[in-house]
This record gives sequence, C-alpha cells and structure tokens, in this order.
Amino acid sequence: MKSPTPILPLKLEDVSFEAGGKRLIKDLHCTFDAEPRSVIIGPNGAGKSLFLKICHGLIPPHTGHVQWNDANERSVRLNQAMMLQRPVMLRRSVSANIHYPLKLRKIPKSERNTLVEDALTQAGIARLRDHPARVLSIGEQQKLALARVWALKPQVLFLDEPTASLDPAATHAVEEIIRAIHAQGTKIIMTTHDLAQAKRIADEILFMFRGRLLERAPAASFFEKPENDLAQAFVKGELLWWRLGKAHRKNTDKQANT
Amino acid sequence: MAMVEIQDTKTVKGPDTGNMNDFGEAIRAALNLLITFDSDLMEIVGLSLHVSLAAIFIASIIGLPLGAAIALFRFPGRRFFSVLLNALMGLPPVVVGLIVYLSLSRSGPFGVFGLLYSPTAMIIAQVVLVTPIIAALTRQVIEDLWMEYKDQLLSLGANPVSALPTLLWDGRFSLVTAILAGFGRASAEVGAVMIVGGNIDHMTRVMTTAIALEVSKGDLALALGLGIILLCLSLGVNGAVYAVKEAAIRRHA
Ligand SMILES: Nc1ncnc2c1ncn2[C@@H]1O[C@H](COP(=O)(O)OP(=O)(O)OP(=O)(O)O)[C@@H](O)[C@H]1O
Ligand SMILES: [Mg+2]
Repeated sequence: MKSPTPILPLKLEDVSFEAGGKRLIKDLHCTFDAEPRSVIIGPNGAGKSLFLKICHGLIPPHTGHVQWNDANERSVRLNQAMMLQRPVMLRRSVSANIHYPLKLRKIPKSERNTLVEDALTQAGIARLRDHPARVLSIGEQQKLALARVWALKPQVLFLDEPTASLDPAATHAVEEIIRAIHAQGTKIIMTTHDLAQAKRIADEILFMFRGRLLERAPAASFFEKPENDLAQAFVKGELLWWRLGKAHRKNTDKQANT
Repeated sequence: MAMVEIQDTKTVKGPDTGNMNDFGEAIRAALNLLITFDSDLMEIVGLSLHVSLAAIFIASIIGLPLGAAIALFRFPGRRFFSVLLNALMGLPPVVVGLIVYLSLSRSGPFGVFGLLYSPTAMIIAQVVLVTPIIAALTRQVIEDLWMEYKDQLLSLGANPVSALPTLLWDGRFSLVTAILAGFGRASAEVGAVMIVGGNIDHMTRVMTTAIALEVSKGDLALALGLGIILLCLSLGVNGAVYAVKEAAIRRHA
C-alpha cells in the first residue's frame, strides 16, 4: 500500500474558496512537511473543516493550487485518509465498515483481516465487531471512524475534531491512538476546540480566523505567547474576543481595498 | 348499498335479499375454491405470480443500476432522463399494452418472434410498466443517500463508479420497498396484460384478467376467489414493506 514516493510535503498556494457569494477561505499559503503534528485551532466557522477538506481533495479550491510531492493522483488519494467531523457509518457491521476502504484499495483478504483485527483492538471496539455500525453510540462511532482510517496506514491523516463527543477516558484513548499512528510515521493534521488537547498533541499550531490563516508557530512558543492579538484573546478564552475580530475585519478589508 | 335497503323493512324480502344471497353464495363458493385448491384457480394464480415475479426480477436488474446511474453520474441529458422516468412512472397500463402489442404484432419490429398472446409478452409488458417505477424510486433513494455519503465515500477512496454498488447495498431497505411497490403495480394491473396476453384460458389468463372476464360472464365465485387472493397479496406486500422498514430502523437507525 505504501507508495515508493512519499506524497508529502503538501503545498498550498494562494488557495481560496467561496460559496454562496462569500469568500470562506482566503489566500492560504502554507506547506506541510512529513514530521510534525499540525493542529489547527480557531473559532466555530473559521474554516477549519473547509481547510482540511480542500487539502484532502474533497472540495476543489476556486483559486490556487493544492500540490502534493507525488504527481500520481491515485497514489496521493489512496495514501491519505480523513476522519470527518461527522463521520458517516455504512449500513453494515462494524468490521465491514473497516473492510470497506481496504477492499477499495484491493488489499487481499488475508491481509485485510489482520489489518481489521488490529484496528478493532487498537480502537478498543473489538467486542462490537459484529454490531450494525449505525446503532453504535456517537462516541463508539467516533472510535470506529478512527479504526477505519487507522487500518489504512496512510501517510497523511486528517482528523477533524476527533474527540468532540468523547468522554475523558475515551478522549485519552483516542489521543493515545493518534500518538501511536504518528509514531508509525503518519503525518497528523488535525483540528480541535480543546486547547489542552492541542497542547498535548501539537508540535505546531495553525490559528485560523474567518477563512484566514493568521498565525503558525511551534506549539511551545504559540502557547507561551501568540503573536497575533486575536490568537492571544482566543487562547486566553476572552469572552468578548470576537469584538476584536470586527475591528480586525475592518482593518483587513481596508487593506484589501487599497 | 345493501345497508341502506335494510333500513326499509318492506324491502328486506325484496330482490335485494336475493342479491345478498347470491353474494353469500358466491363467497361460499369462492372460499370453497380456495380451500380445495381448485386447479383452475391455482393455475391462474400460478401464472400471475410467474409473470409478475419474472417481470419484477428483470425490471429490478434494469431499474436499480439505471436509477443509481442517473443519480450518480453527470452526463448530458441527465435531467431529461429524470423527468422522463417520472413521466413514465405514471404511464397508463393500456398505453403500455398498446405499445408492446404494436411492437410484438406480426407487422411490428419484433413480430418475427411470434410472442404476442404468450406469457412472455405479458412479462415484457409488465417490465415496461414497472422498470420506470423502480428506476425513478431508486434514483430518489440513491440521490438522497449520495448526499449523505458523498464526502465519506470519496474520502475512503471510492469514486462514483465504485460508490454505485455501495449505495445500492446501503439503500437496500428503501430499495426493497421500491421493488415491492413495483410488484404491487405489476400484479394488480389489468390493461396491459389483457391487450398483449389476450386472457386465453390455460395460456395467458392471470388473476386480474380472469376477474374482469368472470365478472362480465356472471361467474362471481371464481372472480371473488381471485379477488380475495389479490387482496391478500396486496396486504402481504404492504405488510412486507412495513416489516422491512421496521427491521431497517431497528438495525440501522
Ligand atoms: N458548502 C458551503 N456553502 C456555504 N457555506 C459554507 C459551506 N461550507 C461551509 N460553509 C461556511 O463556511 C464557514 C466555515 O465552515 P467550516 O465548517 O470550515 O468551519 P469550522 O472552522 O470547521 O467550524 P467548527 O469549529 O464549527 O467546526 C462557515 O461559516 C460555514 O457556514
Ligand atoms: Mg469544523
């Protein structure tokens, strides 16, 4: 399954996206290298999910390029995986859900069985293997979604709020799984609203606000003192921080107009 | 009608009572035919099921992938196809009968096969009748499902082509309902099979055409017996639809 060419680094050039006449992602420039765990934070509606989907190739940007190191589109597509913010369970058993993407990759059955068993055990849902996936609790579905992408052993894994509805123990378990996946050489790009989690997991932080990438810094220095004033307010959890946002938008709009 | 007459005591012993007796007589005779598995009746029921099941089988093989393809693939004329399917769904059976009759008759394009007035002709007519229903309902089901699944399936590595069987499988509960609806329509219609089958005894006589004929001949017993079976079939189909829905909700939320 591993392609001989690494698909990273991933380069975004001047990427923007609009829908309904609104620019939702604005002028993104950035590069992702293979090693560090990148965590994207920012308020609701900042465009984090859109950003991940554009990188993952689910939505085409209106302007700009998403460029992978590997020129082979198929290999790029099959060597990355994403856990959506709202994962969809197929109407079949838990284990069949994990088998599905492996079958699409034409992995032989015996090998598939091992991968599925591993993933079930790692995600702690082995006892649920024959349950219909749709009747699982939200948290269990979250773990299944993680098991499903874990089994793919991707080079890059996008995670959109992977612990959003998990209890503390499950959150801890999922963080451990993410650590393990990363330890196996998978690049992690994820979003979270849990700043403590960002601190635990991130090697670097990307701060997004209203469709813009406002700051990118190593995790330690970011949490010590973000450079951007909005990021500062966000990290401190200031309740009225969005007022700053209004002023900020006026400023940037002015800049854009001139 | 009888209810109104009964209130008038003077007419209780009038001609209506005779009809009531006829009616009761007919029901008794019909039940008798059913209980004794009357061979004529069984032959007709057997042919009906044979024709409708074959038709629904063929219509599903065509209609399911066709409907799914229209839902999934972007191609020129796709919208036209959608509208066409919906229009064909409401096609009057007699019109279908007429079209199939014309194409199968001696001078028609398929006349050489000599299929007119055979069970095969009736199967063809019902396939034409039911395929649009199955395809149109499938298109709707798959389109809705694709909305929900699209990002997930593409992310997992699927494309519209490999998503097609996935969605047909995941939509199986709704699709069974569509197929049962098609079966209901096929087994209940009379116009098309009458025209292309001709209601020939021991050959192309099915339940609906037999009922039409026996009623006009005045033999109510056979007509009623067949009517009861059709009713039970319809109840059974609707019961099955209900059971499938329940099972789907229980197992897959
Ligand atoms: N297809 C679309 N059409 C129109 N607007 C959209 C579309 N997709 C997203 N948006 C808008 O884009 C903005 C960013 O959405 P996105 O889902 O990326 O936010 P997010 O940062 O992930 O937020 P959250 O933290 O709540 O998950 C939102 O305001 C949303 O309403
Ligand atoms: Mg989001």
